[in-house]
Amino acid sequence: MEIDGVSLADDPKRAKTHLGYLPEVPPLYGELTVDEYLAFCARLHHVPKAEQANAVARAKQACGLTDMASRLISNLSKGYQQRVGIAQAIVHAPEVVILDEPTVGLDPIQIREIRKLIRELGDRHSVILSSHILPEVQSVCDRVMIIHHGQVVYTGTVEDATRAQSEAAIVGFAAPPTVQALQAVPGIAGVEALDATHFSVRYAKGVDPRVALAQAAAAHGWQLNELRPVTKTLEERFVELTTGEEEHANEQREAA
Amino acid sequence: MTGTLTIARVEARRIFASPLAWAILAVMQVILGIFFILYLNAYTQAQMMSSDPQLGVADYIGGGLYGTANVILLLVVPLMTMRLFAEERKNNSLTLLLSAPASLTEIVLGKFLGLASFLLAAIALLAAMSFTLEAGTALDTGRILAGLLGLLLMMLAFGAAGLFISTLTREPVIAAVATFGVLLVFWILGAVGHSPTVPFADAFNYLSLIGHFENLRRGVVSTMDVAYYLLFILLFLWLAVLRLDMERN
Repeated sequence: MEIDGVSLADDPKRAKTHLGYLPEVPPLYGELTVDEYLAFCARLHHVPKAEQANAVARAKQACGLTDMASRLISNLSKGYQQRVGIAQAIVHAPEVVILDEPTVGLDPIQIREIRKLIRELGDRHSVILSSHILPEVQSVCDRVMIIHHGQVVYTGTVEDATRAQSEAAIVGFAAPPTVQALQAVPGIAGVEALDATHFSVRYAKGVDPRVALAQAAAAHGWQLNELRPVTKTLEERFVELTTGEEEHANEQREAA
Repeated sequence: MTGTLTIARVEARRIFASPLAWAILAVMQVILGIFFILYLNAYTQAQMMSSDPQLGVADYIGGGLYGTANVILLLVVPLMTMRLFAEERKNNSLTLLLSAPASLTEIVLGKFLGLASFLLAAIALLAAMSFTLEAGTALDTGRILAGLLGLLLMMLAFGAAGLFISTLTREPVIAAVATFGVLLVFWILGAVGHSPTVPFADAFNYLSLIGHFENLRRGVVSTMDVAYYLLFILLFLWLAVLRLDMERN
């Protein structure tokens, strides 16, 4: 394994200077104040003496810890302790930051703040986020890799994982047509009435009938007022990818 | 090397920020104070009875008090070494050091030096107590210092063994109990060595931690005894590095 071109096996000390790591439980020393702790982390990661005060101030600023600088870590709330953990991972400005489940056990407001912080970190560092909370991944990450039973089952951008899979749309009309009339529009494989004015439209394979649908609506005076492609959430994709695999495996087992 | 000093500094800071260290120092000082007075009392009585002009107060302090201090420290050191690795592992804070650009040797040495700062403080308090006698008599300073040096070496040896055992488990209490057991075994090896019917009695005698303390306590600083303690310390620190390396792979 190499970090920033330095092998972790051959030269672990140099490789680790490029790495910031926050494990699931932040590795904190409760007896120290935030300042003492971050200064220790900076020294431990070979930040030059002259820059240490700056590095600590920067990390505190980024994680919103400036007001807590002289408090003992053991007296901080869980959310602030998590922030100290993140500050610890970025104090030496590493190229790669690895965060393992950084929002576990936080309240919704803290989660939002931490996510915002992680987004900001992404501008300056490469952040690897490990999480089981898929909406979090969807809102924070650019690229996603799904690992199932030690096998990579998906790797790509979050957008591709969710948007490209669109196979259906919700349409609404002020003067709704009959289901049969909708079904006659080319490229539509199935129609299901949701209520008096809304329909769920399934696309024929490999076709996007949205333009044809809008044109038909204009021609027949259906007064289209909603056309929304159904995107899958990352969670649905995840379930699809991981359980699909299992069923496949089961089939294979049964076949054998 | 800077890694070692960084870790040692923060380790010492953490030891002295915890109430455990102060509680231990306070209790030790009270108990040793009581023994100090008892030994002084015994000395004044012995002096009245005996006609030996060679008998000095340093015999009682060096011989008696430091022997007692040794037993008390045997109980205390496991409490301090258990936190070094076992407690950190339990608190999940060990990853900070392991993922940092510091070698295992630096981590182990740093932790050991941090612990040494506490042991030095304990012995400094004892030294302060002994040297109060300077006010009333001409003290045999060399003998007192030899005794203190022996005590320090003995404590560092205890500490190194405790540090190694602390790397073996994630339960601090188990680390403390096991350390106490191991130290006691090294201690009684001397007693085994004294029995003439035991085979290899000399070897047991040589390995015993307490045997090498006897000379120093009598004011004899021999390089062989000092070397024994240094080897003992290095052996256990090396074992600790090996153990952490095994865990990593």
